Amino acid sequence: MHRRLIYVALILLAILHQDFWFWDDATLVLGFLPIGLAYHSAYCIVAAGVWYLATKFAWPDPNSEGEDMPQ
Amino acid sequence: MTQLIVICIYLLALLSIGWLAKGFFRGTAEDYFLASHSIGPVMLLMSIFGTTMTAFALVGATGESYRLGIGVFGMLASSSALVHTAVFFFVGIKLWAIGKRLGYLTQIQYFRNRFESDTVGLMLFPILVGLVIPYLLTGLLGAGGVVSALTVGALPDVFSASGGAVPAWATNLVICSVVLIYVSIGGLRGAAWANTFQTIVFLMTGVVATVLISNELGGVQAATQAVLDTHPEKLIRGDAVSQFGFLAYALIPLSVGVFPHVFQHWLTARSAQTFKLTIIGHPLFIALLWTPCVLIGVWATSAVMGDGSLVVPIDHPPNTELGIMVQKLTTPLMGGLLGAGILAAIMSSLDSQFLAISSIFTNDIVGHYVSREQVSDEQLVRLGRLFVVLIVGVTYGLSLLEPRSVFALGIWCFSGFTALFPLVVASLYWRGVTSAGAIASIVTSAVVWFLLFRDSDYAAIAGYQFLGMMPVVTMIACSIIALVGVSLVTPPPSDATIDKFFPEAGH
Repeated sequence: MHRRLIYVALILLAILHQDFWFWDDATLVLGFLPIGLAYHSAYCIVAAGVWYLATKFAWPDPNSEGEDMPQ
Repeated sequence: MTQLIVICIYLLALLSIGWLAKGFFRGTAEDYFLASHSIGPVMLLMSIFGTTMTAFALVGATGESYRLGIGVFGMLASSSALVHTAVFFFVGIKLWAIGKRLGYLTQIQYFRNRFESDTVGLMLFPILVGLVIPYLLTGLLGAGGVVSALTVGALPDVFSASGGAVPAWATNLVICSVVLIYVSIGGLRGAAWANTFQTIVFLMTGVVATVLISNELGGVQAATQAVLDTHPEKLIRGDAVSQFGFLAYALIPLSVGVFPHVFQHWLTARSAQTFKLTIIGHPLFIALLWTPCVLIGVWATSAVMGDGSLVVPIDHPPNTELGIMVQKLTTPLMGGLLGAGILAAIMSSLDSQFLAISSIFTNDIVGHYVSREQVSDEQLVRLGRLFVVLIVGVTYGLSLLEPRSVFALGIWCFSGFTALFPLVVASLYWRGVTSAGAIASIVTSAVVWFLLFRDSDYAAIAGYQFLGMMPVVTMIACSIIALVGVSLVTPPPSDATIDKFFPEAGH
């Protein structure tokens, strides 16, 4: 169930990348950051959050998890 | 002159790291090429990030945002936050597990066994090496552009023809030599250590450069306001980037799944757990690196000196925007430190690429076709080093020809790798993919890539499109059609191979 939710979140993230709503918007965030750039910078941070959840709840290969290489 | 001294000290520090890593060398090819799978989470994050972010990120992103505006960030940075990480998550960990279980050193070994075909390996070898060459070239062009912009007037007696600036040929010669030396003596462990150091340096560089440059321009708000007044189109995407073009650009980061040097870094991981920090940290580092670079590129369109002249002249040479901004708007000492940071981004990719080329030549050509009784580990490593010197020589020669935009050349190189990405995914997730399908996909990708590259006058035509789309769309579509079409009508792989790569199949 968790795994499916993570996949849905990733698909949503992919859709949110195409931000046509800010395409021609020249609003400045904090007086210097164009909103199109601010949005995509924030997007990276949100992506990191989703990937964190993915490592928690949708780890792809649980069988190999934690198996250290022989030194 | 100060800039040059700082850069020289930095290069010496890198050589020292290679020397230190040599002390840990265990004398085996596996240790030289994969650091004996000993790399932990922090170093894996740093080394993979340092490897994937090159001149393309710092020099190319600044130059392209100077030309196109802020859209560059969404086209390649935030898309990479999603796509790179997805590739690490769905492809990298799986390949690491297979590589660990079956003892692979290179991706060609994997493909050769997965498709039960030496032909696949023989075809991939020249294609992968051939695609790494333009990638190496982006690094050298970026380094040459940055250092020549930073050192204007530094050595007027030595380099009078270039106004005292260190010319690109000299920079490239020094950069290639330094990287070759520390990779040769330190192997992948040396490269991973150097990359960790260099990633810290260039991440700080972006932030520090933004603060210093914006201070000179009257603060961040004044710097952006100047753009709003003179080039407002740079603060939006508008007509500079089409909606479909923006979407198509998201295919480019898929190339990370085919880079031989990234594959090699994946295999260095100590365990699957080691990947977790990379998966979470990679998108954050992308934001930290690209946001300042894109801002500087946009500011460069409108920044003026005290006398009213443009900081970056309209007729500046390609790949020099960042170097010019740093040289004109910071002190010589900071210019040197920032220059070292920019070179750090470039060299942290060159080292892994040199090593990957060495590894695939040594293991996939010499090691595979010459009996191991005839060649020792030591001789293998030496042969690999010689091959790298040859490839670096070719790349160096190409860097002396007419310079291309780092960004344009990078896009062509990444597009070629992206065309091979369906092959990687199919090999991991589709049991029915056949060796004939793989060969058809490789041939199709190579032929389509070359025809389109030639049609673009070898990356000289800026913004080249085919059928109104980025060439990568055509490349990946043709690659998929060949892969699926031929696989469906040719005999499937043997049960033994299926059992080997899909143990859960349980034949």
